[in-house]
Amino acid sequence: MTAAERFPHRLTLVTGHYGTGKTEFSVNLALALAREGGPVALADLDIVNPYFRSRERRELLEAAGVRLIATSQALADADVPALPAELHAVLEDRTVRGVLDIGGDPSGARVLARYRPRIVREDYQLLYIVNAARPEVRTAERSVEVLRAIEAVTGLACTGLVNNTHLCGETTAGDIRQGAALAEEVSRRTNIPVRCHIAEARFQDQLRDLPLFPIHIQMKKPWE
Amino acid sequence: MKREIWKGSEAIAEAAIRAGCRCFFGYPITPQNEIPEYMSLHMPQSGGVFVQAESELAAVNMVYGAAASGVRAMTSSSSPGVSLKQEGISYLAACQLPAVVVNVMRGGPGLGSIQPAQGDYFQATRGGGNGDYRTVVLAPANIQEAVDLTQEAFDIADQYRNPVVLLADGLIGQMMEPIVWKERTPRPLPEKTWAACGRGDRDHNNFITSLLIDAPSCEAHNLELHKKVLEMEKNECRWEEILLEDAEMVLVAYGTPSRVAQTAAENLRKQGIKAGVFRPITLWPYPYARLREIAALDRVKVFLTVEMSLGQMLDDVNLAVAERKPVKFYGRCGGKIPGVSEVERAAQEAWKEVK
Repeated sequence: MTAAERFPHRLTLVTGHYGTGKTEFSVNLALALAREGGPVALADLDIVNPYFRSRERRELLEAAGVRLIATSQALADADVPALPAELHAVLEDRTVRGVLDIGGDPSGARVLARYRPRIVREDYQLLYIVNAARPEVRTAERSVEVLRAIEAVTGLACTGLVNNTHLCGETTAGDIRQGAALAEEVSRRTNIPVRCHIAEARFQDQLRDLPLFPIHIQMKKPWE
Repeated sequence: MKREIWKGSEAIAEAAIRAGCRCFFGYPITPQNEIPEYMSLHMPQSGGVFVQAESELAAVNMVYGAAASGVRAMTSSSSPGVSLKQEGISYLAACQLPAVVVNVMRGGPGLGSIQPAQGDYFQATRGGGNGDYRTVVLAPANIQEAVDLTQEAFDIADQYRNPVVLLADGLIGQMMEPIVWKERTPRPLPEKTWAACGRGDRDHNNFITSLLIDAPSCEAHNLELHKKVLEMEKNECRWEEILLEDAEMVLVAYGTPSRVAQTAAENLRKQGIKAGVFRPITLWPYPYARLREIAALDRVKVFLTVEMSLGQMLDDVNLAVAERKPVKFYGRCGGKIPGVSEVERAAQEAWKEVK
């Protein structure tokens, strides 16, 4: 299944508790859509994290044909809550596929509220990342709590769950399955479907029974 | 044991709570905001106290008050904020009050940048406050170690009745890694009979002050403190040796650069240069003795110190090596992290000079 088939909406809004892996997923999704053809833009709307933001992968993204929309280069290393005006280009231009990488937690997702009137007129999906290895959201109860808080602060309804359970380089297929169980439980409680499970491409053989979105780690640490 | 993925700053906060920290006072500054953020939610749930103080100076003096009452207390900040705390650290040391001060370093001097750096080495290891005092300085290189050292920091502080500094660079504070919460064996610690927590049945009041106006008393007090300095030097020194068994080149680095140095050393070995890494875990006391032994080995030809500062730990490496072997340096600063290939190049150049 292609990325465009797996994520058929024009705009993909990626939200979740912080540290669940939204940026890694967003970068990989934008790269996959670009590989499949057609104009793709990745908007880095993270105003919460000071490091590990998709804007740090500008060269990689631009080389792959992804238009990166991020706060101005002058502020690239800052943590000021400044949003790029350029984002409107993605919201307005219906020929562009857009991936919106949103900061963690309801506090990070708040930026979406400002664009809500524009977003609801578009073909969009709001994804919520589930990660069973993150202590604050490892239970279905807490995961649903954060999901509902993000919906409340953005005024947008979540339309899909994505399991991104991982332990950096120490991830096993078992960890991903544990996350799949959590995602299913969150889905059962909310009636929001599980769209897919994110796994490094090396796990594809072990997890053939799950709908996978294979990724390659792009947000590497300086020594990796 | 169950592995979880934690961000450095929040892991440090949780580790402190698990170590029995019951008072946290802080003021926000990037890149360590997740510590007060986490504390604000979880400290009250653990029956402790969280206060966002009006300034860093206020926060460290609240720590002074809480520590004086015998409670485990902590404050955290990043470089410019930690500069403001130096007066308080000197007073804590003078009054023999145990406390933990976390510094998640960013680019400096002054307000600097919010990206990771190690420019506060001198301040942390030499004491940024006035007077003759030392603080144990613990420098984690991964999140598991940040957790373990944070918990142990409280024990060290209580054992010596002295402030302990956890010195992490911004990347350690911000990156995520899997950890496990280990079963911990706390050190046997003396009762805090000195604490100003109410007189009760005691036959005397406990006074906590650093004002010793007549010189002989002040000198005697300093000599008492110095006995503890010698004890800490003797007992608390630690380091890690990576690929050093047969190494001919020794990369010396702590925190994030030690991870970069390790990858560089592995790559250098593939190119025929037998490189290894000496990683100080305590920056004070510094592992001089062991580094000196390594410098005396015939097979060891050259040292390369790698920092996210412009040659601060280099002074300690030079003190240890004492001209037995050449000591080279590579550093980035202001929030830039040395890359693996940059370190390899610096190592290759150093190698050319000694071969």
